[in-house]
Amino acid sequence: MTYLSRLLVALSLVAAFGLIAPTGAQAQVNPTESSVNEDAMFQALGGENAIVSGRTTIPDRAAGNLIQPDNKAWAALQGQTLHTLSIVAVVGMVALLALFYVFRGKIRVESGLSGRTILRFNWVERFAHWTLASTFIILALTGLNLIIGKSVILPLFGEGVFGTISAYGKIAHNYLAWPFMVALALIIVLWVIHNIPDKVDLQWIKQGGGLLKKGVHPPARKFNAGQKVIFWSVVIGGIGLSYTGFMLLFPSIAGSAADWQFYQIIHALIAAALSAIVIAHIYIGSVGMEGAFDAMGSGEVDENWAKEHHSLWVEEVEATQKRNTTQVTTPAE
Amino acid sequence: MARMKFLCDADRCIECQACVTACKNEHEVPWGINRRRVVTINDGLPGERSVSMACMHCTDAPCAAVCPVACFYTTDDGVVLHNKDTCIGCGYCSYACPFGAPQYPQTANFGTRGKMDKCTYCSGGPEPDMSQAEYVKYGANRLAEGKLPLCAEMCSTKALLAGDGDIIADIYRERVVTRGYGSGAWGWRTAYGDTVTV
Repeated sequence: MTYLSRLLVALSLVAAFGLIAPTGAQAQVNPTESSVNEDAMFQALGGENAIVSGRTTIPDRAAGNLIQPDNKAWAALQGQTLHTLSIVAVVGMVALLALFYVFRGKIRVESGLSGRTILRFNWVERFAHWTLASTFIILALTGLNLIIGKSVILPLFGEGVFGTISAYGKIAHNYLAWPFMVALALIIVLWVIHNIPDKVDLQWIKQGGGLLKKGVHPPARKFNAGQKVIFWSVVIGGIGLSYTGFMLLFPSIAGSAADWQFYQIIHALIAAALSAIVIAHIYIGSVGMEGAFDAMGSGEVDENWAKEHHSLWVEEVEATQKRNTTQVTTPAE
Repeated sequence: MARMKFLCDADRCIECQACVTACKNEHEVPWGINRRRVVTINDGLPGERSVSMACMHCTDAPCAAVCPVACFYTTDDGVVLHNKDTCIGCGYCSYACPFGAPQYPQTANFGTRGKMDKCTYCSGGPEPDMSQAEYVKYGANRLAEGKLPLCAEMCSTKALLAGDGDIIADIYRERVVTRGYGSGAWGWRTAYGDTVTV
């Protein structure tokens, strides 16, 4: 190879490098262009409902959540679905009871009032019942107001009345929850022993509790199957409401916003169901049945009422009384 | 009628927090409340971007849907405002909001959250415009003075845009076309149903 050809090769190599170098620089990406993109970010996070979050200078870490589209789903559920559901539950139950009243009327004591009474609930039982009942009614009404008040009370009574009711209602709801929980515990302790399901209940259910026909009186102990249903609804529903309500009051214990939203939905669903059940309970304990209110009023019920609705319980009470009196009349040896 | 919106051009935001500070100063916002905040995504990583976020004044605002006392209302300008006299501080709106806008002056025990506070798009509340009562509860009413929100007006890089939705979308679109890239109109799809397409 001549010097000339070597020189040519060397020159061409230099020229090639000279050409390659700038192309390499040109191929480099623009760093500002490779920025995070909203659409791509949502996709990378797993769909349109992912939470986009980052860092903020605010101590509250939740403030770092930039966009939480899922919150809108809860808003729709709370603002529309639960709103409609609550109205349907309460109005539906009232309508059902009105129909029942029209067709069945007030359930009378068929053998007439005897004038003799026996003690059905002592003062501790009545105290527990009425504490639970009064707090529940206020909690139910103030809770219902939070969901349907704006479409019922607001248009009827105006902003001033509705605002005052809602503000005090919220305070009442938050504070009366505690005596409600205490009374609930008391109820469980007092009555759980009488509410364990047994064979007698099957017969009661088969005969429809004697609710639908006159002259039908299935036997029952202190609590019949219907009352047991009420008891367990109140106990399970009450515990559910207490637990979810506690979480709603203390969001930091509940966890994330999604957890809080979950508890809120459960709270509202249980509340709607239990309110409907309790409305039926109030009906049958007051206008629906003659002699029933005395059980929780004075605690003394008419003997004929007791025989018709709680025949086995009356026998138990009478047996105990007889045993007690024989014990007293038998002189000590 | 204009439909007011916010748009943060994240490719311009330098996370200086001036919008946050200006807002606090303009409205005498109570301690602990940030009507506007800057969130940095991919902090310290390539492609890091900062977005200034406040109430987006949503179409069909979810806060209004859940409010038990119906204290929210939308003005003719499309701004979502609320009445602090009606607010009972239940906290529902803060769980409905996708942008973390609603905040409360007290965070002690239950029942004492206090009245909700959020961005008013510098347009006060239900009280008479520019009255003392309005200022105390909601801060300044710049819209009534013919001005736009201060956060956007004083943004040094003009990253944060406020004004009629169509106009600011056009400005943003022009920027994206000119520079050849854009990270998107953050929050628009969630707040208004569709984003700015270029």
